[in-house]
Amino acid sequence: MRGATHAKWAALATAVALAATACGGGGDGGGGGADGVVSSSWGDPQNPLEPANTNEVQGGKVLSMIFRGLKQYDPKTGEAKDMLAEKIETTDSTNFTVTVKDGWTFSNGEQVTAKSFVDAWNYGAHLKNNQKNAYFFGYIDGYDQVHPEKGAPTAETMSGLKVTGPRTFTVKLTQKFSTFPDTLGYAAFSPLPQAFFTDHAAWLAKPVGNGPYTVDSYSRGSQMVLKKWDGYPGTDKAQNGGITLKVYTDNNTAYTDLVAGNLDLVDDVPASQLKNVSADLGDRYINTPAGIIQTLSFPFYDPAWNKPGQEKLRTGLSMAINRDQITETIFQKTRTPAKDWTSPVLGADGGYKEICGSACEYNPTEAKKLVAEGGGIPGGTMTISYNADTGSHKEWVDAVCNSINNALGNNKACVGNPIGTFADFRAQVSTQKMKGPFRAGWQMDYPLIQNFLQPLYFTNASSNDGKYSDPEFDKLVNQANAETDTTKAVGLFQQAEEVLKGDMGAIPLWYQNGSAGYSDRVENVTLNPFSVPVYDQIKVK
Amino acid sequence: MGRYVIRRLLQMIPVFFGATLLIFLMVNVMGDPIAGLCGDRQCDPATAAQLKKEFGLDKPVWQQYLTYMGNLFTGDFGTAFNGQPVTELMADAFPVTIRLTIVAILFEIVIGITLGVITGLKRGHPVDTTVLLLTLVVLSVPIFVIGLLVQLLLGVKWGWIEPAVSPEAPFDELIVPGLVLASVSLAYVTRLTRTSIAENKRADYVRTAVAKGLPRRRVITRHLLRNSLIPVVTFIGADVGALMGGAIVTERIFNIHGVGYQLYQGIVRQNTQTVVGFVTVLVLVFLLANLLVDLLYAVLDPRIRYA
Amino acid sequence: MPEPLEPYEPLESYGAEGRAVASTGAGGTADLGTAEAETLEKTLDGPEGSGPEGSGPDRKPRSLWSDAWRDLRRNPVFILSGLVILFLVVISLWPSLIASGDPLDCDLSKAQEGSQPGHPFGFNGQGCDVYTRTVYGARTSVTVGVCATLGVALLGSALGGLAGFFGGAWDGFLSRITDVFFAIPVVLGGLVLLSVVTSSTVWPVVGFMVLLGWPQISRIARGSVITAKQNDYVQAARALGASNSRMLLRHITPNAVAPVIVVATIALGTYISLEATLSYLGVGLKPPTVSWGIDISSASPYIRNAPHMLLWPAGALAVTVLAFIMLGDAVRDALDPKLR
Repeated sequence: MRGATHAKWAALATAVALAATACGGGGDGGGGGADGVVSSSWGDPQNPLEPANTNEVQGGKVLSMIFRGLKQYDPKTGEAKDMLAEKIETTDSTNFTVTVKDGWTFSNGEQVTAKSFVDAWNYGAHLKNNQKNAYFFGYIDGYDQVHPEKGAPTAETMSGLKVTGPRTFTVKLTQKFSTFPDTLGYAAFSPLPQAFFTDHAAWLAKPVGNGPYTVDSYSRGSQMVLKKWDGYPGTDKAQNGGITLKVYTDNNTAYTDLVAGNLDLVDDVPASQLKNVSADLGDRYINTPAGIIQTLSFPFYDPAWNKPGQEKLRTGLSMAINRDQITETIFQKTRTPAKDWTSPVLGADGGYKEICGSACEYNPTEAKKLVAEGGGIPGGTMTISYNADTGSHKEWVDAVCNSINNALGNNKACVGNPIGTFADFRAQVSTQKMKGPFRAGWQMDYPLIQNFLQPLYFTNASSNDGKYSDPEFDKLVNQANAETDTTKAVGLFQQAEEVLKGDMGAIPLWYQNGSAGYSDRVENVTLNPFSVPVYDQIKVK
Repeated sequence: MGRYVIRRLLQMIPVFFGATLLIFLMVNVMGDPIAGLCGDRQCDPATAAQLKKEFGLDKPVWQQYLTYMGNLFTGDFGTAFNGQPVTELMADAFPVTIRLTIVAILFEIVIGITLGVITGLKRGHPVDTTVLLLTLVVLSVPIFVIGLLVQLLLGVKWGWIEPAVSPEAPFDELIVPGLVLASVSLAYVTRLTRTSIAENKRADYVRTAVAKGLPRRRVITRHLLRNSLIPVVTFIGADVGALMGGAIVTERIFNIHGVGYQLYQGIVRQNTQTVVGFVTVLVLVFLLANLLVDLLYAVLDPRIRYA
Repeated sequence: MPEPLEPYEPLESYGAEGRAVASTGAGGTADLGTAEAETLEKTLDGPEGSGPEGSGPDRKPRSLWSDAWRDLRRNPVFILSGLVILFLVVISLWPSLIASGDPLDCDLSKAQEGSQPGHPFGFNGQGCDVYTRTVYGARTSVTVGVCATLGVALLGSALGGLAGFFGGAWDGFLSRITDVFFAIPVVLGGLVLLSVVTSSTVWPVVGFMVLLGWPQISRIARGSVITAKQNDYVQAARALGASNSRMLLRHITPNAVAPVIVVATIALGTYISLEATLSYLGVGLKPPTVSWGIDISSASPYIRNAPHMLLWPAGALAVTVLAFIMLGDAVRDALDPKLR
């Protein structure tokens, strides 16, 4: 009797285990070891999967697997290392000569040459191709002709790009930009095979690149199966047999599927489950810093929010926010209280420094005093605007407002202002319709201090949504960009950041971490500084 | 009868145009969708203008509508912002949602009407009270929580079901999501049936049928139930459309890539082509369901007749 | 619109047995007025009937509505549900009577904590007192629920009733309008119609719910009226030359109202929840509004860790819905002549 029960349970357990493996392996019976297939949660990419058209993390996941560019950011340190680049030389920080390594091919056998890069970059920059990351090529000479602000393009290619040999090409920039080579690890600078241009629709249906994986099948909106590319010439070969990306309608469902053993990797653990991860997953949970900072921006274009002396008001508001408590309670430590306007992933050498200091520390007494000295909140009540449809911002906005209200002793000082859709929120932000502070988030494109400061706070910069402007800041940024010595350049950027602190041009809130949970089938799971899983290093047990 | 059906089918034409125009205008009123495509940063103005031109958003609304309708009649429903044709989205989403809706409607019919008959015949009985309490739970606890708990218990703790439905979404995987989706409607169907049964069980024809010595089962199904079903059928008919287009929460929880999910995505991304395309098909479903309901009236109550 | 349609016509000869029986029953007496017909029915009614009430000392003919009111006053279910509703109204008007705190007083360090002295229901995710918020949430939630339900029921049953009663072209026109409104997705409607509103009162939200909610009741009412119209006493009244309005009010409404009441009382609960959905879309009531719906939604994701945050506002919603369902049941019973 006892034995029979036992056998029954064992059989049941085996059946369950078999079922779980079958599902976990994407149903192809991939087995373990180097051939094991990892299933991972995914979201439908918002844009067609072209390198220069992908500006969000879901499409970025695929690009990180099927493309390798001139540079590759080290998954741990974020340092830009040569990948396809044999060397990138410059004497004046304006003209660069790039030599591509020999022996690299696309997975369809085509050689990766200098032309593969130049054609790809010209495609990405040209207005008629609607590439949303086109502005990345904006530093290259001749960008104005292929991507004019108004009117039709007057050239097909950028004059600053010249193929000088099978493996060499030159880049001429419009201004000095000493760290330009370090930006080339961004996916938009990937090389493209000829098939991309000759049969574009077929390429989109099944993208071909030069990375450690190849696309095996892609059914839009449900899943993408990627296989290890055995002929991959690089050193970072895939440690597993392949990755199956499964589209989930909700990250909570993906998490539940992970707990049930049907999925190997979830790279976006929902906030509401963070309290359960240790019970559900034990130590199969990672929480590592990523190059993302969240801030509160101010509408400097609104006269009520742009009076002299209001830097005290803004500093006071910053000090009224209890960052430690909010990151701990609302975010369960998946955010780190901000101490500057950049990100810890830059490291001290890259320019991360606790510049904000006491202005980012919770101090209700001082906060109340500063707000009063700064003329009080315009109109007595302020709103913090956010979009309601994605990102669950409501909770932290409510918490920030409660924190401000408690510090100021006024329950009506701050209220959240949800805006229905992200598109509407962005439309209102970019047409300067905000009447009070609004949420802003910045995910770095490349791990450089320049990327955290110039696009956001330089006068009229592309993402300077609050229209912050300080000539001193602009001057220091220009000097930093012209400086060829990296350490000196970083020092100048930090001086510019000090100017930003004096104005409190935006309130730094917290740095976002990447968080991920994984099944007991896999190991060696890490996230890179862009919070994308390092798929090629995942090992299947 | 035949003429009546033809008239009703003809009436669909103005409704079709009216509804598409209304939805088209509503999505347009929401404003500029392009700003949302560039993430947390501003689209560069040249690219934004180029995108607007490509999606035809630079033309006046009436011209956009005419172009859209013109394309519609050639079978072209336009393109979503991710470059996927809307017809492809619909071909993926509708079969799944239709299966889910069928499961939900079956639950409403089987469980809802059965419980309604039982509680209607036994008012005040403990069964009646239990069903009332269940109704209150379903109404006051969001479907989100019900779905989450069901998923957690059945999917993770007990392992009876897969927590997430596979992309193919066969019927057996949709049983639990269908039940969750039907839960609120079940409350309506049960109470509607209960009230009708309670009202009609004292009707003279029922008493006569009982007096004639007909078996209890026959009295209930042939006489009592048949005459009590009109409000229930009306409700279920109207619910078909609501379930198909409004299963947003259930579809999200159980990872069903259906109409509700796609429609919601289309709306928050302000993608006119997706939204109008899906709603157009939904309107046709509404109209057909209503026609069916009206024809059922005549079956259930032969006094009602169609010229 | 094509030529007037004439969809519903009574059959000249009754086919089904149910109808034939019906005509021998109440049919013959219908023209004598409802009171007499009811008396006849009562004699047939078994022990389940509410026996002695109707046959009290004063037997002079009364109107159906005053009869119903007499019944209601003696119905314990009605009295109990009435008291609950009265209580809800009182705390909606004067929440500080039973809650001394401020619902906007939140201390994040207490987030998600359970019950403790002075805070019987514990704290929510923002560290606000759940008891105080549940009490203060009544005003918004009850107002939205009741007003939206009333609006939907009145508009829906009026339009649906007219469509069902007159049939033909009227029905075609009204029903197709219903279809168009049915087709508007709630999310889209909310984002479009409510995002332009700047008022911070509940009325735009109520108006929105009425605008998108009426088609449901309209369908139900239309179906009921179409059935009720076929009853022999209605046919008889028509034959006797009763006016349309008299037939609608005296004969059809009491017989068609039950399904409307059922749907409306259940819908009340869904409107209270819908208010929260709209708030989450960023188009509903603006913060810092306190309502059960908002608290239920924000507590929902944390059901595994802190179910108490959900339990109390959801419980309050359940009690409210229960009170109105019971009230609706009592009213329906009172209007049903067969039960008398």
